[in-house]
Amino acid sequence: MATNLRRFKRFGSVFINNSSPLRGLSSSSAVLGSVDGQVQQPGTGTGKSINLYTAINQALQIALDSDPRSYIFGEDVGFGGVFRCTTGLADQFGKHRVFNTPLCEQGIVGFGIGLAAMGNRAIAEIQFADYIFPAFDQIVNEAAKFRYRSGNEFNCGGLTIRTPYGAVGHGGHYHSQSPEAFFCHVPGLKVVIPRSPKEAKGLLLSSIREPNPVVFFEPKWLYRLAVEEVPEGDYMLPLSEAEVIREGSDITLVGWGAQLAIMEQACVDAEKEGISCELIDLRTLIPWDKETVEASVRKTGRLLISHEAPVTGGFGAEISASIVERCFLRLEAPVARVCGLDTPFPLVFEPFYMPNKNKILDAIKDTVNY
Amino acid sequence: MAIWLAGRKGADYFTKTLISTTFRSLRTSSTVIASFGDSDDSSTGNFRKPYSFFPCADSSPAAVFRSRRFESSQAGPQLDFFSSDDDDEQIQGSMDFPGGKIGFTSEMRFLPESSEKRVECYRVLDDNGYELSSPKQHMNKEVAMKMYSGMLTLDSLDTVLYEAQRQGRISFYVTSFGEEAINLASAAALSSDDLIMPQYREPGILWWRGFTLQEFVNQCFGNKNDYGKGRQMPIHYGSKKHNYFTVSSPLATQLPQAVGAAYSLKTEKKDACVVAFFGDGSSSEGDFHASLNFAAVLEAPVVFICRNNGWAISTPTTDQFRSDGIVVKGHGYGIRSIRVDGNDALAVYNVVRVAREMAVTEQRPILIEAMTYRVGHHSTSDDSTKYRPADEIEHWKTSRNPVSIFRKWVQRKGWWSDEQESEFRANIRKQVINAIQVAEKTEKPSLETCLLMCMKSYLQV
Repeated sequence: MATNLRRFKRFGSVFINNSSPLRGLSSSSAVLGSVDGQVQQPGTGTGKSINLYTAINQALQIALDSDPRSYIFGEDVGFGGVFRCTTGLADQFGKHRVFNTPLCEQGIVGFGIGLAAMGNRAIAEIQFADYIFPAFDQIVNEAAKFRYRSGNEFNCGGLTIRTPYGAVGHGGHYHSQSPEAFFCHVPGLKVVIPRSPKEAKGLLLSSIREPNPVVFFEPKWLYRLAVEEVPEGDYMLPLSEAEVIREGSDITLVGWGAQLAIMEQACVDAEKEGISCELIDLRTLIPWDKETVEASVRKTGRLLISHEAPVTGGFGAEISASIVERCFLRLEAPVARVCGLDTPFPLVFEPFYMPNKNKILDAIKDTVNY
Repeated sequence: MAIWLAGRKGADYFTKTLISTTFRSLRTSSTVIASFGDSDDSSTGNFRKPYSFFPCADSSPAAVFRSRRFESSQAGPQLDFFSSDDDDEQIQGSMDFPGGKIGFTSEMRFLPESSEKRVECYRVLDDNGYELSSPKQHMNKEVAMKMYSGMLTLDSLDTVLYEAQRQGRISFYVTSFGEEAINLASAAALSSDDLIMPQYREPGILWWRGFTLQEFVNQCFGNKNDYGKGRQMPIHYGSKKHNYFTVSSPLATQLPQAVGAAYSLKTEKKDACVVAFFGDGSSSEGDFHASLNFAAVLEAPVVFICRNNGWAISTPTTDQFRSDGIVVKGHGYGIRSIRVDGNDALAVYNVVRVAREMAVTEQRPILIEAMTYRVGHHSTSDDSTKYRPADEIEHWKTSRNPVSIFRKWVQRKGWWSDEQESEFRANIRKQVINAIQVAEKTEKPSLETCLLMCMKSYLQV
């Protein structure tokens, strides 16, 4: 276990050397986007190799450029943000469209709801997902219910809340959490998590142009680590569509965000032992693409879900229950969940907490040999 | 904090009544107008000053960072009541801190927790409807009569719907008894383009803007003509046509939203502001503090109107805060603020009109604390005689009744008579009862509409 951090270090260098296993994870379903939200067929546009924060930056630049009624705001976004995602945007679009707010998450989201309710695209940044909780009431009781409670008299569909989530190697319990499951319990919200730069750009543009409020979690570990070719222009990836990123026949693996890179490694190792794994990126957690997961499990007869958040009450539990309901008789083994431990996110023992490749590989073998 | 908690066994707050609050102020609106006319803020309609990383030849860190700050965060002169007369002798140099220059003193002096004198309350009429001084502004008959008929309508709507709830015909109700002047006077003082972010005790503004009795009653019955499609408890009104955002039960959540909406008006240079209502209890919520700070820093044209009616369900203001009410909190956030007698319709009208004008022309937030009293129970789920004395309620219902005070003024003007009063009351009561009969016979919304409309994609039904 102690080699975990070293492994990630190696993993990182692989990414940066541009021969990353994440290349295999890149999207094949990228489509060109347009301002009015129409999804178009992909062109043959070439892109540069860029990292994830640069891809986010490109998406935000396009969002501001394509709609004069779009705004970006949050703590420290004016100078480019602590993760550099808003670099250069205030200079390009003006300080009335890209601006700092006071340090107050409930204020940021409440402000964003009001701005969106006036027909604007309000792109709010919460600096870390760990700090989103002061805004929980505004997200759960206000943003999610704004349209419903008014009978569609009013809506805040233009609201997108971007926030970095997940492990980063040294973040401890207040810079590493994955709180996505809390928001998946709320009808009226969409929850989106990208796995790579190309995915991040296309999904973020879709989220910003989506007529419902979206919580968009960005895997902060991949901001600089993940590099892939990203089309330079404006394109969108569909929400609520999962993607099979590796086909296989013995077991289905479902994950999202940064965890997919770990799961991909486990799939590669399992293949060496003769186990064929199908890997699915859920991409949108609610409303999620049950059909794609169900079709895969009907084929493989086995399901493994993996996420960084603690196992109890995590979104893996929901996927597991839904799939058992839908294909109980096709299952050859109990659904496996390889997730974070039921503890606060640790600091020095982060490698023990994490659902790493070896834990996943063990679970794959156990499930296949059940 | 939910708004509909059931009645509680209250503590004995007999000694903590608000009656002792005296309104001694004779300040006239001209003082206010003069003070905002003197403002040195010339940034009407502008955003905060532009900044860059290295904007000037003076590249000392203090200069660099000072230029990056918003105007509103720069330190102003010390307030008089925070310092003594011999201040100048005590100042021993000064230094540029982030935010501006601050003088030093060798005398250790804590700011007092509050000033010795409570902030005065602006008033035009006394309790008998007499003007305290010759009026600086004149209200025309048309506006006055619409305000007064609105107060009577609101009272009638409340009386009949309260009875309807007691008969089990609707599930819940909240009255505005005692706060009619704030409702109608603020409505009259605003432009119909101004957006209202209500709490829930402000239906008078909707009435002023043309929301019909039938529309009110449809919402309370949750029938298919309720714009909210039967999804929210009674009194959660909302209408896009009337620029009145739908009421939301969680308290103070509308306040930061008001700042966001106001920011949109600002960037689009609209001749309008957002007016956000809340109560004394809501001022304890985090969202209240977030919104005042955001509004000040982002220089948003929003008027915050606090209806300080003394009670948050059973909690008196003495259990709510130690400050001199809400008005003093504006200063802490850099917001111009005023306290007004909320039971004096003319005073509320004058204050809201000027506040609205300042908010729009100067692109800044304004805080108004309207002192009033919740004459009704918190809601139909509450019995306020469990926690406050009946004679206290009676005092505010009779001697300090905002409708009676205004009536005396309009009758003295010769614009209204006892005959008109009884005729209007009988007529409006019939209209409300008729609206109830219509609403009761109207079908409920279709089931699929109720279940599915939380996302845009489901709106086709």
